[in-house]
Amino acid sequence: MIIHRIVPALVLILWGYLPLVGSPICVEDVHDDDGSALIVSWEPPGDIPDFFMYKIYRKDAPDAEYVQIGKSSDISNTVFVDCDPRAPLNAGMTVFYRIVAVDENENELLEIGFSEEFSPSYSFFNSTKKNTIIAVAIVFIALLVFLNIAKKGKSLFIRKIAGLDALDEAVGRATEMGRSVLYVPGLSSMSDIATVASINILGPVAKKVAEYETKILVPNRDPIVYTITHEVVKEAYLEAGRPDAFQEDQVFFVSESQFAFVAAVNGIMMREKPATNLFLGMFWAESLLLAETGNATGAVQIAGTDSVTQLPFFVTSCDYTLIGEELYAASAYLSRDPVLVGTIKAQDVEKAMILILLVLLSILAVLNFNFIKSELMSRVIMSIFGS
Amino acid sequence: MFLKRTLPLLVVFLLGLAMIIQFFIPHPVSQTFYDSMAEWVRISGAFALVLGLASFFYVHTRKIARKNKDSFYSGVAIFCLLGMAGVGIFGRGGTNGWLFSNLYRSINVSLDSTMFSLLSFYIASAAFKSFKARNAMAFALLVTAIIVMLGRVSFGSFLDGVVEWILVYPNTAAQRGITIGIGLGSIATSLKIILGIERAYLGGGD
Repeated sequence: MIIHRIVPALVLILWGYLPLVGSPICVEDVHDDDGSALIVSWEPPGDIPDFFMYKIYRKDAPDAEYVQIGKSSDISNTVFVDCDPRAPLNAGMTVFYRIVAVDENENELLEIGFSEEFSPSYSFFNSTKKNTIIAVAIVFIALLVFLNIAKKGKSLFIRKIAGLDALDEAVGRATEMGRSVLYVPGLSSMSDIATVASINILGPVAKKVAEYETKILVPNRDPIVYTITHEVVKEAYLEAGRPDAFQEDQVFFVSESQFAFVAAVNGIMMREKPATNLFLGMFWAESLLLAETGNATGAVQIAGTDSVTQLPFFVTSCDYTLIGEELYAASAYLSRDPVLVGTIKAQDVEKAMILILLVLLSILAVLNFNFIKSELMSRVIMSIFGS
Repeated sequence: MFLKRTLPLLVVFLLGLAMIIQFFIPHPVSQTFYDSMAEWVRISGAFALVLGLASFFYVHTRKIARKNKDSFYSGVAIFCLLGMAGVGIFGRGGTNGWLFSNLYRSINVSLDSTMFSLLSFYIASAAFKSFKARNAMAFALLVTAIIVMLGRVSFGSFLDGVVEWILVYPNTAAQRGITIGIGLGSIATSLKIILGIERAYLGGGD
């Protein structure tokens, strides 16, 4: 009886004399992170006159001073995520929180409360990326299976891509007209996979240009991309047995400024009038500026990008457009290397699996199966199609 | 051959694998590794910029030397680059000085804005070209575009529901189809590069 009733009552009375009066503050760890964020929540206080906002304080050691790390001017919001890099949290450190209600002049009105000590922790695996790891694993397994099939010499079918079929014709046209081929490898950096895909196409195109004894112009916006495209074109001329035909100023750096680059390339199109323009890679607002200028000069234009927002512009202004994944399939299509074609088949397998799943789940949803709405099912769907 | 082909492929394989593992691990060590890699990219970029500038001067000085009919523009390009750099380095206040700021605001920003505003004219000409009912599909596109455009102006508010439906269902479905393909293409291309199957970016096909 003494332990269960009187001791808690005494504690509560003593607690009342301390300035710590108020609702307890709850601190929770943010899952799947490196220990750099915590969620602080508290009970809202009752009616307080002139109450304007909360101030959130934190101290990083038991004997340290509290430092303000944030504020919340929405008094109905009693949750604060502490992840400000100016006052970083690290896994293992001990922190204490204090919340204060203040008026418009930032005078403290009421101590909402203090938290217990808490230590943020890190995770070894980010569970929100389960869907990605499943997709990568399936592509990887399919890749190995089709590589084995390709190595055994079995022929693999790859559908016709009109834009890539037209490459030969476009380069041939430039040769007949005695004009150059303009190749823009996008405006992004090498960290963009579309740029890598574009460079994979540049090699075979430059080789063909070298064989046809015509000229290729490759303007670049990124200096790292410039050094790589320079090497790729130079090697392509060497492979074609025409190292003497390669001129250093065929591949050049223009400017890092987006519209300065566009102005320069449009100038090249208007002055040199290339017979063929190839825009392959990542493009932003400049896509239509480039493609419409090329259209005005009468060049054959082949574009390809994985930027969904720019695709309509290219479709409108270019003769052929490689849509999304066709850009990635281009190197396999052009080389017809069985190993590379095998990798396209691996993509197709995963695409077929997604298609089957989508159709199946759509049918079940239409038929109003109850289990499709269950929590377990939505977790499965979320882990496959995104978090 | 080892330095030109095998070593780069080995570096790509090891770093590619490390970056895949890093992507799934939020541990502080993994984050530090990612940050240091990002710094190395910036350092390499700084060196590459020197090569880029060398290329810029090479191309334009060659044009001037050849007395090309457009070599005047090459002269202007070199003058502007050196002029801006000179003002930034030697001018009072450096890149925070009034001259540098005014040159940037009055010339560079204005030219950028001009280029961007040209886009609206190009959109009009592109729309004119694409909205021709050459066949059934083009006709469907034309009708859909007219509905969406009308729904976006004040007197077309009665079409709000139809516009919403077009954007949320057929449009999103098409975009998702493309996006799924892009996602799979990116994964496959990345794996091909890491495994050394795709190496055209090294120059040469072997």
